[in-house]
Amino acid sequence: MLSLRFAVPTANTLIPTKTKPKSGLVVQTGWKQTGLSSSPPKRYDYKLQAATTDITDGRASVEDKEVELPAGLSRELMPKHVAVIMDGNGRWARQRELPTSAGHEAGVKSLREMVELCGQWGIQVLTVFAFSSENWIRPKVEVNFLLSLFERALKSEMESFGRSGIRISVIGDSSKLPASLLSLINEVEETTKNNTRLQLIVAVSYSGKYDVIQACRSIAERVKDGQIQLEDIDEGLIEQELETNCTEYPYPDLLIRTSGELRVSNFLLWQLAYTELFFTQELWPDFGKEDFVEALSSYQQRQRRYGGRHS
Amino acid sequence: MLVNEDDLQRIFSEWTSILRKCLFRVIRVGPIPSHLAIIMDGNPRYAKKKKLEEGTGHDAGAMALLYLLVYCYELGIKYVTAYAFSIHNFKRSREEVKKIMDLMMESVILLTRLSKFCSLRVHFAGNLQLLSTELRNAAKKLMENTAGNSNLVLTICVSYTCSDEILHAVEESSRERTDGAVVKLADIEKHMYMAVAPDPDIIIRTGGECRLSNFLLWQSSCCHLSSVYTVWPEFGVLHLVWVVMDFQHKYPYFARKKMKQFVSVP
Repeated sequence: MLSLRFAVPTANTLIPTKTKPKSGLVVQTGWKQTGLSSSPPKRYDYKLQAATTDITDGRASVEDKEVELPAGLSRELMPKHVAVIMDGNGRWARQRELPTSAGHEAGVKSLREMVELCGQWGIQVLTVFAFSSENWIRPKVEVNFLLSLFERALKSEMESFGRSGIRISVIGDSSKLPASLLSLINEVEETTKNNTRLQLIVAVSYSGKYDVIQACRSIAERVKDGQIQLEDIDEGLIEQELETNCTEYPYPDLLIRTSGELRVSNFLLWQLAYTELFFTQELWPDFGKEDFVEALSSYQQRQRRYGGRHS
Repeated sequence: MLVNEDDLQRIFSEWTSILRKCLFRVIRVGPIPSHLAIIMDGNPRYAKKKKLEEGTGHDAGAMALLYLLVYCYELGIKYVTAYAFSIHNFKRSREEVKKIMDLMMESVILLTRLSKFCSLRVHFAGNLQLLSTELRNAAKKLMENTAGNSNLVLTICVSYTCSDEILHAVEESSRERTDGAVVKLADIEKHMYMAVAPDPDIIIRTGGECRLSNFLLWQSSCCHLSSVYTVWPEFGVLHLVWVVMDFQHKYPYFARKKMKQFVSVP
């Protein structure tokens, strides 16, 4: 069968689908795995809340003003949880004949901008893939620089996190991190734990497979100790044991990967089951407001069926 | 009947299509993926577009898979995995689910015949307990009858989600490890439904959507993702060639990945 009809040009998944944008509120209801209801899985049962925050405990109170969204974006269709693979820092630096460290520094600036936009636009959780477990094999100089950059960024931003109502969580295998960084992470997590405007989850030394393995170990331990029976193991139990149990919305609605690479690279494997994927050619330090709007616009036009069928 | 004897004959006569073999000879100069996985999306949209009876889109989709097997065999792709039916698809209309299950039964018969011609091994990955007894037994029989074949391995994911696959592997690992030994990566992987094949090199999704829909989440960690706008029944030779060439363009990265040592998960 030789078909000479090409479809609309295949693209690196930047093509917006031809489905019409959804209108009105997106209301998700509970669903059991083996049920026959037409609703999406329970883990997508989100409460739609306005993004207003009033922080007490001695910190400056923050009240979000109703920030006007860019044209074409709808607040009701905004994803609750956005995940980002921040790829391209090294290439950005090489293009400018700068050292790799300059690329990473520029990447931090992009992240700051994105955190600000997420807070303004009502996104509840932003998860960023800062350092993969596979990145440990990079040159030691680069690894040390990245860890120190992370440490410096945490120290310098700690106060502004409090002012901005941002909660910081760090996920990943902490056993390889330097003691000073570990201590700082614990301090920042403790200091920001009551903030509610935006939760920034930073994946450091993280692997999606490792996340599932450690969940499995916890469950096996609990079975051995008699806390649970083998029959009690279900998807909900695994979900509780994953590192993303630090958030109310553990499943990203949208994953953005920059720099044109089309893979998920061992990031949040379990959690990406029904995540909409968006790939862009922009390198991470160049990824700005316009690119984010494009990604959100693409997301808001998609039909999410969760295996069902829209009539 | 999905395919009659004349259709089969025509499919087999296409095995000698000189033009296609010349094209594939050129493509094979570069690296060829060893495992291709497909999310076959778009069958109902195809039927609507062609103004066909509702449900016949899935028939066209099954034919497209059959042709793809032929192309993959000729191109030298060793493993093909197709996402035929998700556990969550059971919440579709009763008529559509019945239609797909009947089609699955016909496909089992067809694949039994096809396996004799090209040493095709067929494997069904998923929670087969959710299928009817008749279909489950037919699938198991086909798996047993083709277990010794090795030229091409087709895995059909039916009644499948990767969440369920991981859950099953976690349950089995926990059952084994009640002696207190630490659970390792290998313990999980050996209990996966997909243990019969290596991780895919490419996951293609047709129909223009860009999500994995709970397909091979575990196995997709380092594979190339390809979203193709065309609906599944229209996915043909040239689309396959485009996808493989795109993979070849990205191949240096994957080759470097395989050379490097991954950080081992204890």
